[in-house]
Amino acid sequence: MLTKRIIPCLDIKNGRTVKGIMFENIRDAGDPVELGAEYARQGADELVFLDITATNEERKTFAALVRDIARHLDIPFTVGGGISCIADVELLLQEGADKVSVNSAAIKTPELVNELAKRFGSQCITVAIDTKLTAQGWKVFSRAGTVETPYETVDWAKKITDLGAGEILLTSMSNDGTKNGFALDITGAVSKQVTIPVIASGGAGSVEHFSEVFQQAQADAALAASIFHFGEIEIPFLKKYLADQNLPIRL
Amino acid sequence: MNVVIIDYKGGNVQSVRFALERLGVQATLTEDRETIQQADKVIFPGEGEANSAMRQLKADGLDKIIPTLKQPFLGICLGMQLMCRHSEENDTPMLNIIPLDVKRFQTDLKVPHMGWNNIYNLKSPLMKGLNEQDYVYFVHSYHVPQSEHTIAAADYPAPFSAAVQYQNFYAVQFHAEKSGPTGTKILQNFLDL
Repeated sequence: MLTKRIIPCLDIKNGRTVKGIMFENIRDAGDPVELGAEYARQGADELVFLDITATNEERKTFAALVRDIARHLDIPFTVGGGISCIADVELLLQEGADKVSVNSAAIKTPELVNELAKRFGSQCITVAIDTKLTAQGWKVFSRAGTVETPYETVDWAKKITDLGAGEILLTSMSNDGTKNGFALDITGAVSKQVTIPVIASGGAGSVEHFSEVFQQAQADAALAASIFHFGEIEIPFLKKYLADQNLPIRL
Repeated sequence: MNVVIIDYKGGNVQSVRFALERLGVQATLTEDRETIQQADKVIFPGEGEANSAMRQLKADGLDKIIPTLKQPFLGICLGMQLMCRHSEENDTPMLNIIPLDVKRFQTDLKVPHMGWNNIYNLKSPLMKGLNEQDYVYFVHSYHVPQSEHTIAAADYPAPFSAAVQYQNFYAVQFHAEKSGPTGTKILQNFLDL
């Protein structure tokens, strides 16, 4: 049976993980390659590496890092952050990334999703959606969540599905960082309305939050960062808990 | 051992190369016909879309060479589908090595079938040392139905071929190079053939 995926997300700046990650058995807590391998050992199903660097010079460091990650990691990983054109995607896939995640560039030019899917196949094109609950309902935000777009979230999710996206990474800005749980309503609405897998992101604080988002919101995968990095929830414990809830989980 | 990975600009060849590197094998990436013919083992990875992949294989003259190979040959993901007779993906005639047709998933479940799924009914030296129900990583929208050539099955929700063998031609629908220790074992088994 296809299992629900647990996905740690690592923020990368200038080739190093940021926000700090605390694993006692790791020599260098800033090394994305070592951290990725450690998460794989713990049972992570996939990893996301998000490039939060700003300058082009730093982006070159990221491409080199992707190659190093691919060399060492025996589970799939997605890279994202600042991807704006076919050449960006081509480089990252060439270096060994399994999937890329596009966000603002898809909002600016939706046709890009179609071009990428045709060129590289839908299976490696993840579209990241940052969403926030506004007075007008759940809306899509662009440019790291700073710019509100005219798109209603479910409509946008359907549109990028039609354009050939292979997967949606849905982050609720309203829940992110709260540790009060995932946004079950919008995650469920998107998951029911699209035919491609949906990764829920934003708000994870306890193991119960993960079972909720799988059982009540039909998420196909769940992503989190700090609770994993700081050892608040350990992946083997989380996966055992979810399996005990009769969820399909790879142990 | 001289291991060749066929490079027809069809996707993520680096991952396969790196997985072999972790097993101590430096594989050669090539589209050169002679180099492929002289290899001890040939790996045929693939991602992307069937029609454009076939077009590239024809442009390199590989559509004529690959079916004649006699050494152990391993297709991965789209590589497996390309070894079949025909694909429903853009109604594409394939390499016609294995007498099977590739179908789109007809299901209410999400497509692509993406993530870790278990494999069972394991046969063939390729699956040696694996446990029934071990997990491997899949990403695909089209599949090869079960047949007498199936050496591993998976369900989504109906059973399909997770792996097939036809003479010296082996193929896996999942990404062995991204399937953790289970996938590594399969690659090692292939190298040991």
